[in-house]
Amino acid sequence: MIGLHDPAPSAHAAAPAAASPAIEVLSAEKTYPDGTHALQPVDLSIAEGEFVTLLGPSGCGKSTLLKMVAGLLEPTDGRLLLWRKPVRELEASGRRIAFVFQSPTLMPWASVETNVRLPLDLAGVAREEADKRVADVLALVGLTRFATALPRTLSGGMQMRVSIARALVVDPQLLLMDEPFGALDEITRGKLDGELLDLWRAKRLTVLFVTHSIHEAVFLSTRVVMMAARPGRVLDALAVDEPYPRTPGFMVTAQFSRYAKRLQDSLLRASEESDADVPPPQQARA
Amino acid sequence: MSDARGSALASRESVRRLLYPAIVAAALLSIWQALVIGFELPPYLVPSPALVAKTLVADRVALGMALFTTVKVTVLAFVVAVVIGVLISFAFVQSRSVETALFPYAVLLQVTPIVAVAPLIIIWIKDPTASMVLCAALVALFPVIANTTLGLRSVDPDLQSYFRLNHATRTQTLVRLRIPSALPYFFGGLRISSGLALIGAVVAEFVAGTGGSGAGLAYQIMQSGFQLNIARMFAALLLISVTGVALFAFMAWASSAALGSWHSSETSHD
Repeated sequence: MIGLHDPAPSAHAAAPAAASPAIEVLSAEKTYPDGTHALQPVDLSIAEGEFVTLLGPSGCGKSTLLKMVAGLLEPTDGRLLLWRKPVRELEASGRRIAFVFQSPTLMPWASVETNVRLPLDLAGVAREEADKRVADVLALVGLTRFATALPRTLSGGMQMRVSIARALVVDPQLLLMDEPFGALDEITRGKLDGELLDLWRAKRLTVLFVTHSIHEAVFLSTRVVMMAARPGRVLDALAVDEPYPRTPGFMVTAQFSRYAKRLQDSLLRASEESDADVPPPQQARA
Repeated sequence: MSDARGSALASRESVRRLLYPAIVAAALLSIWQALVIGFELPPYLVPSPALVAKTLVADRVALGMALFTTVKVTVLAFVVAVVIGVLISFAFVQSRSVETALFPYAVLLQVTPIVAVAPLIIIWIKDPTASMVLCAALVALFPVIANTTLGLRSVDPDLQSYFRLNHATRTQTLVRLRIPSALPYFFGGLRISSGLALIGAVVAEFVAGTGGSGAGLAYQIMQSGFQLNIARMFAALLLISVTGVALFAFMAWASSAALGSWHSSETSHD
């Protein structure tokens, strides 16, 4: 594993000692049947209340890791614990996780309201209770006026808000987000990043967030986990020791640039090392 | 004719959609009439449109009963094909092995010309209506199976993951996700099938050649051919075409009523 030659960030992503861990990844790895490593063994512990970002280029296994945490993918080897229990036993523990996909992933035939209500309907929550929770969460994301609208009539950013509302309506303790704002324009993305931070703080959530944007990672996170591709692996972690609430003004400060530079340097170095393993064809012939 | 309701909305587009084809029809009919009169073509070769219209009115009782028979067979066959087709699709989607075992026979059914099979069916099944319905249903079945199966499988994979994450049961996933996702494909299949059911019904009538009170439009065409009553042949042909158009228009209306608000196939052409 490639270490960072910087003393400040703690090598290997240990969680702050005070809070109990919400997620523990214990040597979890993913290998495809043809033998390629989608993800080399990862050890990662995320404490309750943290906002952790998985940052890396395409093919680094960040989505794979997130889906393993959600239980959507099985690790080839190793274990994943949520609140010290295997992912499969989560339902019995009474804790809830919510997953937000890269695309809004809404049912196009159903209204905003029906979409947001879906997880409650699937869980058999009583009608009145569900009505109230849907109304509350729509108000929270500012979509009350669009309750009866169909998804296709909304902008990309608003569709993503519906998706987030659907995640929050189950009152989750853990929010897993797979590049949720990747397809949005920068202004909308910045706005939703800010709203997400507000929600995280207000609801005391634990968030595991996947992105390939260095700026988004620094702006959002308490800790950034850097990953590299070919093979997919975790490089290191960097704690972003800056106070909340973070405003857009944070993004033009010198500290922000320092964090961003440090992340960029180590990600670049890692990608150069990956490329060096596979010599370009003209060198191979020489 | 199906657009009658649409034009009531007085949108210029729907008026145009009726008006332009009507102008073409009027022009073609006028030319046809003029040619028949100009070249003095005998009515046993090419009847004039006016004569066809006159025959249509004069023979309205016989033609009307024939139309009723053909429509009855078509609609029954269509309903049978849809019910059986949907059931088979559900079986296919629930189990890959069922599909692997049965799909080749669905294809076999599709590629065997119904004209070749119809005589057998007509020998085996005594009741003429039942045998004709079976023939027509066999023709109409395959598009329902193929499209509905495809539709039930064409679920957004992320949405499917979402249902899995929320511990949705098989039934919940079927009712709340698979069936709604399949509807656009299903209706696409219905449009094709409704036309095929009519073709199947006409073919079955030709093969069966049943006369008497239960005779359909195909029998009217055959009979008129023997009698060199070409005008009535045209009249019966016209009724078959109108039936086909009406079926298609009804299916288009049903499709847009079911999907109109959300599916891009129904919303993009405005």
